[in-house]
Amino acid sequence: MASVDGYDAVIGLEVHVQLGTESKMFTDAPYYFGASPNELTNPVVMGMPGTLPVLNKRAIEKTIQVGLMLGCEIPQVSKWDRKHYYYPDMPKNYQISQYDQPLCLGGSVEIELDGPSRNVMGEHRRVSLTRIHLEEDVGKLTHVADGSLVDYNRAGAPLIEIVTEPDIFSPEEAFAFLTSLRNTLQNAGISDCDMEKGQMRCDANVSVKPVGTTKLGTKVELKNLNSISGVRNGLRYEIDRQIRELKAGATIVQQTRRWDAEAGVTSLMRTKEEAQDYRYFPDPDLMPVRISEDWKSQLAEGLPELPFDRQRRYMADYSLPYTVTSVLCSNRQLSVFFEEAIRQHNNPLAIANLITNDLLRELGAASSGSEVEDGERRSLDSLGVSAVGVADLVAMVDKGVLSNQMAKEVLSGMIATGQSAEAVAEAKGLRQSSDSGEIEAICRQAMEENPKAVQEFLAGNEKSINAIKGRVMKATQGKANPTLVDQVLRKLLASG
Amino acid sequence: MEHIDIGYTAKLARLELSKDEQELYSAQLGRILEYFHVLSSVDTSGVEPTAHANPLHNVLREDVAVPGFGAGPALANAPQQREDQVLVPRVIE
Amino acid sequence: MNQDSLAYLPASKLARLLASGELTSVELSRSVLERAEHLNAQVNAFLGWDGEDLMAQAEASDKRRKADKALGFFDGIPVALKNNIAVKGSLLTCGSRMLENFVSPYDATVVERMKAAGMLVWGRLNMDEFAMGSSTETSYFGSTANPWDLTRTPGGSSGGSAAALAAGMSPITLGSDTGGSIRQPAAFCGIYGLKPTYGRVSRYGLVAFASSLDQIGPFGHCVEDVARMMEVLCGVDPKDSSSYPAPVSPFHAELELALTGGRPMVLGLPVEYFKEDGLDPAVRRAMDEVVAYYKGIGWQIKDVSLPNSHLAVPTYYVIATAEASSNLARFDGIRYTHRSESASDAVDVYFKSRGEGFGEEVKRRIILGTFVLSSGYHDAYYLKAQLVRTLIRNDFSKAFGEVDLVLTPTTPSPAFVRGERITDPLQMYLNDIYTICPNLTGLPAISVPCGFASQNLPVGFQLIAPHFEEVRLLTAARAYEKGNDWHTRHPAL
Ligand SMILES: [Mg+2]
Ligand SMILES: [Zn+2]
Repeated sequence: MASVDGYDAVIGLEVHVQLGTESKMFTDAPYYFGASPNELTNPVVMGMPGTLPVLNKRAIEKTIQVGLMLGCEIPQVSKWDRKHYYYPDMPKNYQISQYDQPLCLGGSVEIELDGPSRNVMGEHRRVSLTRIHLEEDVGKLTHVADGSLVDYNRAGAPLIEIVTEPDIFSPEEAFAFLTSLRNTLQNAGISDCDMEKGQMRCDANVSVKPVGTTKLGTKVELKNLNSISGVRNGLRYEIDRQIRELKAGATIVQQTRRWDAEAGVTSLMRTKEEAQDYRYFPDPDLMPVRISEDWKSQLAEGLPELPFDRQRRYMADYSLPYTVTSVLCSNRQLSVFFEEAIRQHNNPLAIANLITNDLLRELGAASSGSEVEDGERRSLDSLGVSAVGVADLVAMVDKGVLSNQMAKEVLSGMIATGQSAEAVAEAKGLRQSSDSGEIEAICRQAMEENPKAVQEFLAGNEKSINAIKGRVMKATQGKANPTLVDQVLRKLLASG
Repeated sequence: MEHIDIGYTAKLARLELSKDEQELYSAQLGRILEYFHVLSSVDTSGVEPTAHANPLHNVLREDVAVPGFGAGPALANAPQQREDQVLVPRVIE
Repeated sequence: MNQDSLAYLPASKLARLLASGELTSVELSRSVLERAEHLNAQVNAFLGWDGEDLMAQAEASDKRRKADKALGFFDGIPVALKNNIAVKGSLLTCGSRMLENFVSPYDATVVERMKAAGMLVWGRLNMDEFAMGSSTETSYFGSTANPWDLTRTPGGSSGGSAAALAAGMSPITLGSDTGGSIRQPAAFCGIYGLKPTYGRVSRYGLVAFASSLDQIGPFGHCVEDVARMMEVLCGVDPKDSSSYPAPVSPFHAELELALTGGRPMVLGLPVEYFKEDGLDPAVRRAMDEVVAYYKGIGWQIKDVSLPNSHLAVPTYYVIATAEASSNLARFDGIRYTHRSESASDAVDVYFKSRGEGFGEEVKRRIILGTFVLSSGYHDAYYLKAQLVRTLIRNDFSKAFGEVDLVLTPTTPSPAFVRGERITDPLQMYLNDIYTICPNLTGLPAISVPCGFASQNLPVGFQLIAPHFEEVRLLTAARAYEKGNDWHTRHPAL
């Protein structure tokens, strides 16, 4: 627990994640980001009189899959309830949600805390979840000078709400939780979790208490945390604020506060007295869902390995360094790419290095300016280089056909032209010379031109061979295989 | 007589009521709730609640999208609109 | 054929005339329009209609028939709808100021089905505002008169549908029934009205009052009309999760078959219903005669007990208002309803638009429903009512172990005078005493005309069947119809 000024923070998160489905939660209207206003509507989305909801099977399946990945209990029966409050972005003035029989109960998310240094794995622990339920999203409000404009495109999109126990104890842990959750959900194809597009949103409950005490302090709900670092920064500010208040002898009042990322402060939205009475009751328009063991196991079969499990496996099975694996495993696409490449050519370390250093650098250059922290890298596909292509490239290095330096140049060529490693190397005339006859001739010439170095080497100065090597490389414009040059020179020198 | 806080309840329901309406409803609903009181004496232990008239489960739809009807029909009945969106007076949070 | 001679002909009879070429849909529609134009000022059954559209539909139907491409038995028959059923491009007001200008952008599933069967969907029928009422007096657009006595109510909430049919203004009409809103006006107007099993008929496009209780159903001049209309309306609908995948019978054909080949049925009389002091002597007398008739044709009458029936009214009103308070939340002045001109901010839009847009009874029920769901009261009222609902359901299951059908009066009294009960909501609620149990349990029920009280006021009895046993219901109604001619009498207008 990270204590600040004699206080400990206790944090619980409510994370909303849009499920990447084709159609909305309760009707067949499509949902995707970026449509023109109110394009993705129909009578059901608009909450028009007489319309009725029908459950999206895929959304339920995806939610159950999230629950299975996070070790939740999946109850046999789950049902839908109406949650009432009035807001212009909510077409029916009730949200169809789940109250007392959600799809998932309990469970936990594995998180990694900061290690002693960047290249050492930090401690892992599990943050407990209360529940995960499935509900519908609301529309979007834009404030203008003389009122507000409402776009209902997002209304009715399937949304899961993941609620944690008050089991997070610092802003950094909250950051780690959201990073891990996002990786897990992206990895399983549940959601893209793009916070900028509103696909993942987070509210936090935070309180502080004196170190060593057990009674929880009065909690404050934080809203408008629009990025993973926003969550961390908002929490840092709010924890400091609460401690400051308490030290000044004030008491914390239960309230909802808004994080203003630009100003870097939280401000009061509403206090407890204005809290709402949601009048939940079972939605008579929707039938309960029964989840059989068969259905569950069928859904479990479709699940990928969890990112942290994969990372441990990479470290154990391929002896990859921690830093490389944490990059590779932060993204499903990278690890799929990696595994495909090593099936083609079994040199995990070289391939992993090439992906995490060279390919990601190229990707960074291609999408410069975007914030990598929230994981919004451009897709690997956009580079036009296949896993097999990368494997072939590494194989050429391993066979001595290309030097490491050449390989980098070939990779750039592959990205620029979309051609294979072989074709690029050919076109650029990049090929280490491994013709020993030719190399032997050049080596003899280099020895003749450098008698002093030869003498010194024969006299026992090991290093002087480098001068001769340098001449050989210069003469071949760097194309000679250095290993071969070394062998040939030693042979010639030994034979006098 | 059962008390019903008409002011609070009307606020929950976002209903503006005149003073006369409040008084009328207060008296009538008090009597109605008194009549409802018979329910409280019924022994319902071991009984499951009925939320649906038919015992159906797993009424599900495949995740197939059909194009929406678009902003035109969506807003055809809107009291006020602008830029293909519903315009509402200022939302005070 | 002249207009008045067509007015009271059953839809099935008209359909046969269309089939034989003795009548065209254009002739029929013209006569329907003329009669509606002539009588509506007195009855106020219709909120409006589009005559040109009806005639265009009629012409199209006649063309189909000429080409031997009629879409069904009822092709060419006009059907008028209660104005809480969505018809694309048509006003859908629900009798409320709130939706005074709302034009539906889509068709209800029943409308799609009727159109697919070649029926001419026309006319918007008056109703209690959002179907809340038992007298069609809560409509924002004025109350409807009972064609048998214009000073009296036609019942409600589907009063417009019952009055239009009883006055011969449309050969078949649709209503909706949440607590008796088809059966009670059918009884008051001397016609047949059926509430199907919950889940039989799609609710998609029916503006919800209480979602777990609402069903659309037909009004008709005879049992065959109702049976044939059920064939058009019934069927599972993927747009309505509560619609039940039960097989749809050719109801009309099964009736005669059941009567000729079937055994005499056992009808149960709930002892509790006849102990009621509120039962009008004329209704009691009519019931005695109904019992005597069935006995006379060799059917058995048996006492059954529905021990929780005294709990039905409070249970019903808790559940119905709770669901209504939620269903009506969407009418808010934001997207498509009446918006108050005097609202200064968004929150104000809600309060003022709803305050202005809803009438007295609707507001009363919204308050009541909001209250029974609110924190601190939810368990004592809403949850308790759901539990008692189970008890009432069990009562009927038990009764159906002993009898084929349950027989009751439809209403405690014949049609009452307009304005007489509107000021006493509790009195009005008690009027539903016999009709609400089929809604709470989802059971199908029909009201059958069975005579007249003094002043020429119709009386009806109700039959209740087990779930999805509409054929049993219709068969018993048909057995009664065979030996009685009450349904052939019509008001003098
Ligand atoms: Mg929440
Ligand atoms: Zn939520």
